[in-house]
Amino acid sequence: MGTLLEVKDLRTEFHTQDGVVHAVNGVTFAVDEGETLGLVGESGCGKSVSVLSVMRLIPQPPGKIAGGQVLFQGRDLLTVDDEEIRSVRGNKIAMVFQDPMTSLNPVLTIDTQIGESLELHLGMTKEQARKRSVELLKMVGIPEAEGRIEDYPHQFSGGMRQRVMIAMALSCTPQLLIADEPTTALDVTILAQIIDIVKRLKRELGMAIIWITHDLGVIAGLADRINVMYAGFIIETAPVKEIFGNPLHPYTLGLLGSIPRLDETRKEKLTPIEGLPPDLVTMPTGCPFYDRCRFRTEKCLHENPPLEVSAVRHSVACWNWQDVVKARGRA
Amino acid sequence: MATTMTHNGTLVEVRGLKKYFPITQGIIIQRKVDDVKAVDGLDFSIQRGETLGLVGESGCGKSTTGRTILQLYRPTEGEVFFEGKDLARLKGEELRRMRRHMQMIFQDPYASLNPRMTVGDIIGEPLEVHNIAKGKEKKEQVQELLQVVGLNPYFVNRYPHEFSGGQRQRIGIARALAVRPDFIVCDEPISALDVSIQAQIINLLEELQEKFHLTYLFIAHDLSVVRHISDRIAVMYLGKIVELTDRTALYQNPLHPYTKALLSAIPIPDPIIEEKRERIILTGDVPSPVHPPSGCRFHTRCPLAIDICKRVDPEFREVGAQHWVACHVV
Repeated sequence: MGTLLEVKDLRTEFHTQDGVVHAVNGVTFAVDEGETLGLVGESGCGKSVSVLSVMRLIPQPPGKIAGGQVLFQGRDLLTVDDEEIRSVRGNKIAMVFQDPMTSLNPVLTIDTQIGESLELHLGMTKEQARKRSVELLKMVGIPEAEGRIEDYPHQFSGGMRQRVMIAMALSCTPQLLIADEPTTALDVTILAQIIDIVKRLKRELGMAIIWITHDLGVIAGLADRINVMYAGFIIETAPVKEIFGNPLHPYTLGLLGSIPRLDETRKEKLTPIEGLPPDLVTMPTGCPFYDRCRFRTEKCLHENPPLEVSAVRHSVACWNWQDVVKARGRA
Repeated sequence: MATTMTHNGTLVEVRGLKKYFPITQGIIIQRKVDDVKAVDGLDFSIQRGETLGLVGESGCGKSTTGRTILQLYRPTEGEVFFEGKDLARLKGEELRRMRRHMQMIFQDPYASLNPRMTVGDIIGEPLEVHNIAKGKEKKEQVQELLQVVGLNPYFVNRYPHEFSGGQRQRIGIARALAVRPDFIVCDEPISALDVSIQAQIINLLEELQEKFHLTYLFIAHDLSVVRHISDRIAVMYLGKIVELTDRTALYQNPLHPYTKALLSAIPIPDPIIEEKRERIILTGDVPSPVHPPSGCRFHTRCPLAIDICKRVDPEFREVGAQHWVACHVV
């Protein structure tokens, strides 16, 4: 399969009163056609900012895309003019936002909101758009779609609104769907419904997905490959089974150790990552994880490790990943 | 009467607890038109030193249960025995005296600390209110508490905004511990925190329980977290407990169809297991607690529902050793 999206050395910063916040610090990754990429990390690690930069949705100022390339089907989205980026947004690349409660317009009916992109991108008439909107709502599992198409967002529950958001994103059958923590605001039984829908649609429509989350459980069943982010860097990338079965970065290992698992057999103590993530204004010169790392050495304080290949399709940004492997073997 | 009802190891006993919130209409003359039946008849007890987990989806009445036990909401009906005293009947000074034995840790560490008070004042306030310590002694105790929850004692003069979410939650925990309570209601204490910080707080709560012999009611929507920290778990659906048993039985032998669906909906962070798992996917949303479904409240979403479920509310009964369930089909 070919490469659909290629992000090269992307840097995004925000100029604030407290100084320059280095949100994304040279991120490089690619998404193949039909692939699901998981972007995992804690709040403030730059997951959302990276994908918003891809879509050029960073408010400027205070934000600034300071460097890098975003190649989508060979074209650099960071340099194309405004009209061209508008023809990509919502059409070839679509996004589902985190909060279904606030990302729909409360004063417009659902059919107006879904129909907008159909009329704009596909040149449909109002009638056609409406018909297609009903089909889309059925596809995401909204019962009695015909009767609900003229409802306002407040008449839907959280899970239903998230389905409407997904229907909107899918309206122009995008090649790439970006889902920015779409399940955080939902209850588990509703979350299971949404994940089920996304898996089915992915099979049927064959689109590529970038799924952003902090929940390793959700991503385990969904992604083909995972990028782990920390302080604006990708610190590990590997196929999903590798990340869970053979984590090499101390942070990835720490993340896996700090979540209680439903299938744990006896009560074990969690091993949290001590400390806090670094301040993105005064970034350390060495490894950003230095302060919290169990495996740190003198070198880590002075030099930030690059993302280097450690195995087939597995890269890690750590000087001491071999020590991590040894420590894991002992545990 | 009250004292005879609780036996030795029981700290909290809840009987027939109901909490309805009135829905009113009209601006000047307010008429009550209906009730939100947030908690609708609960019976359970909490043993001294144990952690009882309370899980359920948003709006099922978990938080209301916690608050009603602590008398932050007065119950509409039912009794809450704490060390044999019925809290629902206590008033004024008597109730205020009881409050030092039971405390609460709140969900949102950003909203539950007064931004205009220093950390020292926040943690010191309960000490003064309950006449435990004053002046220099209070300051010493506050610094000791900060140390206990893993914060630097020199932070006393700082304000909440100078701390991160995890640190603020530690301040909230120190405030709850200040009066040396026996019982703490933890209302989703980690849901607002990042994954790596969640584990720090869970471990802290477990350490404190051991150190101070605390009893917890741990409320959360995340079943994997609840299972990790609890000894016994109660599953709530729309204002009622549908299943109550110990942590192992709930996972290995869940009986209620809602518990089964809830367990199967929770993703496990392991791609190999995830590939093989069969999911029970519930259809639809949780119904409104204003007009809950007739009979068993779960029948509208239940894959096993039969005719009787629509008519008769199933009794909450003991089906195995310490395994309680409310279902006709089980």
